[in-house]
Amino acid sequence: MTLPLRLSRARGTSAPRQRTYVFNWAGRIGLAIIVMWCAVAIIGQWFTPYPVGKIVDWNFFGPVSAKYWMGTDYLGRDIFSRVMMGARYTVGIALAAVTLACALGVILGMIAAVMGGWFDTIVSRLLDAFNGIPSLLFGLVVVAAVGSSIPVLILTLTAIYMPGSYRFARALAVNINTMDFVTVARARGEATPYLILREIFPNIVGSVLADLGLRFVFIVLVLSGLSFLGLGVQPPNADWGALVRENIEGLSYGAPAVIFPSLAIASLTISVNMFIDNLPTRIRDRSE
Amino acid sequence: MTDAPLVSVRDFKVGATTDGGRKIDIIRGVSFDIAPGEILALIGESGSGKTTIALSLLGYTRPGCEMTGGTIRVGENDVTAMSETERCKLRGVEVSYVPQSAAAAFNPSKRIMDQVIEIALIHKLMPRAEAEEHARSLFRALALPEPDTIGNRYPHQVSGGQLQRLSAAMALIGDPKLVVFDEPTTALDVTTQIEVLKAFRSVLEKTNMSGVYVSHDLAVVAQIADRMIVLKNGEVQEEGTTEQILHAPAHPYTRELLAAFEPVQHTPIEARGRDVDHPLLEVIGLHAGYGRVENREPTIKVLEDVSFTLKPGRNLGVIGESGSGKSTLARAIAGILPAYRGSVLFEGHELAPDLQNRTKKQLQRAQIVFQLADTALNPAQSIGTILARPLTFYHGLRGAARDKRVNELLDMVHLPKSLRHRLPGELSGGQKQRINLARALAADPVLILCDEITSALDTVVAAAILELMRDLQNELNLSYMFISHDLSTVEAICDDVLVMYKGAVVEALPAARMSADAQHPYSKLLISSVPQLDPNWLTSLEQDPELVAAFSRR
Repeated sequence: MTLPLRLSRARGTSAPRQRTYVFNWAGRIGLAIIVMWCAVAIIGQWFTPYPVGKIVDWNFFGPVSAKYWMGTDYLGRDIFSRVMMGARYTVGIALAAVTLACALGVILGMIAAVMGGWFDTIVSRLLDAFNGIPSLLFGLVVVAAVGSSIPVLILTLTAIYMPGSYRFARALAVNINTMDFVTVARARGEATPYLILREIFPNIVGSVLADLGLRFVFIVLVLSGLSFLGLGVQPPNADWGALVRENIEGLSYGAPAVIFPSLAIASLTISVNMFIDNLPTRIRDRSE
Repeated sequence: MTDAPLVSVRDFKVGATTDGGRKIDIIRGVSFDIAPGEILALIGESGSGKTTIALSLLGYTRPGCEMTGGTIRVGENDVTAMSETERCKLRGVEVSYVPQSAAAAFNPSKRIMDQVIEIALIHKLMPRAEAEEHARSLFRALALPEPDTIGNRYPHQVSGGQLQRLSAAMALIGDPKLVVFDEPTTALDVTTQIEVLKAFRSVLEKTNMSGVYVSHDLAVVAQIADRMIVLKNGEVQEEGTTEQILHAPAHPYTRELLAAFEPVQHTPIEARGRDVDHPLLEVIGLHAGYGRVENREPTIKVLEDVSFTLKPGRNLGVIGESGSGKSTLARAIAGILPAYRGSVLFEGHELAPDLQNRTKKQLQRAQIVFQLADTALNPAQSIGTILARPLTFYHGLRGAARDKRVNELLDMVHLPKSLRHRLPGELSGGQKQRINLARALAADPVLILCDEITSALDTVVAAAILELMRDLQNELNLSYMFISHDLSTVEAICDDVLVMYKGAVVEALPAARMSADAQHPYSKLLISSVPQLDPNWLTSLEQDPELVAAFSRR
């Protein structure tokens, strides 16, 4: 739900300019699919035809039927119900993690760029060192240490993806920071928060959003990787990545159990990128 | 001029497609001839199409543009009808090009000689040894130092003026019939400009080549061109010999261009209701620099021991060439670059060297305006937001009172109120510079530090900005510290002038008697190097070669 929120914030600040933000059709389709999945994630639990963990059919890898809309999985559970519940985990965890990672990374990156000096050096070196730890190994250690729960998963994914976002935002902000309008604001006596929020952020927001779209896809993939190792969402629940993993043997039977979760992942990641790439030009390329 | 013209351009048009898919005409039916051996100047402000026409003579249009009508004939070749492959054979041999920025035109990783003779080798005009010999004779003709060995250097090992002459050698190596000079001296300092102009002129006189000289500077063009074409919005406004254009301009636009060139004498304003005896700004022994700090001194020292005083209501000009430390001086006074020694007294109180330790009141009373309005205005903020910020920040204005003040400010810089909803990218260069000035005025300062604020603007636009600054000074009782490399601008607005060279003030003069009173050899050199409208100026100019050599850092 974060993306529409970001948009409305941008709309709020520029209202006096009386500008209308027009989406093209690709952006609208992307937004519609995101909203649809978010709705499923929130209200899906009351509409699942069968309980998520219940084995409803003796026939494993069952075909699409009137009773089971997306077939059944390797244990004979209803895939449609599992995809609906999986939306909670995938959309929720991935969106929460990507938002946290990008927000933290971008804010830290901009502060480092504006302040420079020792703050920049220390933060940059620390996060560089952190970047060197393989992400799945890091996840393994964290889950082994504190156990697996949704907040731990979100924070782990945030920690894995924050340094990249920081690097990206810092590089952009360093470029903007040398522009004369920032110097003018500095000479006016403005404090760091103003410089970051009003002078620098609006000029990097387009690139940051594009980066967010890419990072979101990676987080969905790592989440399914963690689930495969048993570190992710715990059974009987499963995120979409885990659904694909646990039904992978069904691929040779052409089972819908593996196809539909894959389609769900694809539709979400593609629509997020479609939406971001087609944001109104005024938000996306404001610096141009 | 009895024989057939070398170049004839007839009803030539260039069109472009904008980002919005709209078709616009850049050149709208231009016709002219160039006789063999004649130098034709294309004059006009930015956007007038002068470079587009010059590039078309090489059969080249910039991406997004296309030739939409008319013909261009160069010698025997019908350039407009040629295929791209045929045009390639034309370029460098029949027509060649000297770019504005030689530094950007040379490949920094190849030796100069290899780049100069490239044309001869590509077109297989002569064997390598012969080409190098020819290049050396060109170096000699262009008065380059050490002509026999300079070709072995890399581009960063020669000065900017030398590089510009080397790029002329590159253009001349194929013995073209026509050379296109695209603002070749615009990026150079005045003292360097002279040596380059002299070299160009002597070569052109010797070889009987034709030339097209593109420039916005009438005085420079007057030294080198036989004929001039004045362009505006892709149309010829006036065509005539240099003498006629300069002395008997027929078209109003030409007169406007010439009027902008007329030196305007500055009349000091009366400082009202202010303590005139106490200096507004007093700088004592200021040192500033960049780089790593060792023993509390930066390793790269720029400013050394700069002292001056500025009285209320008076304007101080700072002149000097690039690298003389004029911008650094403004930055050190504004606190953007903390000075490491010396002191700045503003309205009787000492200012802290760095911004963080100055009070809001001190920051508000002295404002700085930068050269490039493009980068000095946040592209993501509307004009209204940009102007409103200092009002809120310094004076706590909000809501209707702030809106009213923004409108007043726009009115002060002669811009319509409707502009407040626009983004900086939607404004012209002159409008942006006015907004830049209005933002400084929003703080209600007593002193404005102007860092080359008219240098990036066309002459006519710059003259209007100066006019505006004079009016504002009378109205608001301001003082300006005006930094510029252009002496006529400084003369037009300043009471006193500081001449800077290598980070030190060499001389302080009253602006009105700048040329008469200058004592220091560098000031004399700098002042005498400013091109005059008189076509015989360069010929009659006498400068002590030793002096030039000593100060132009060769």
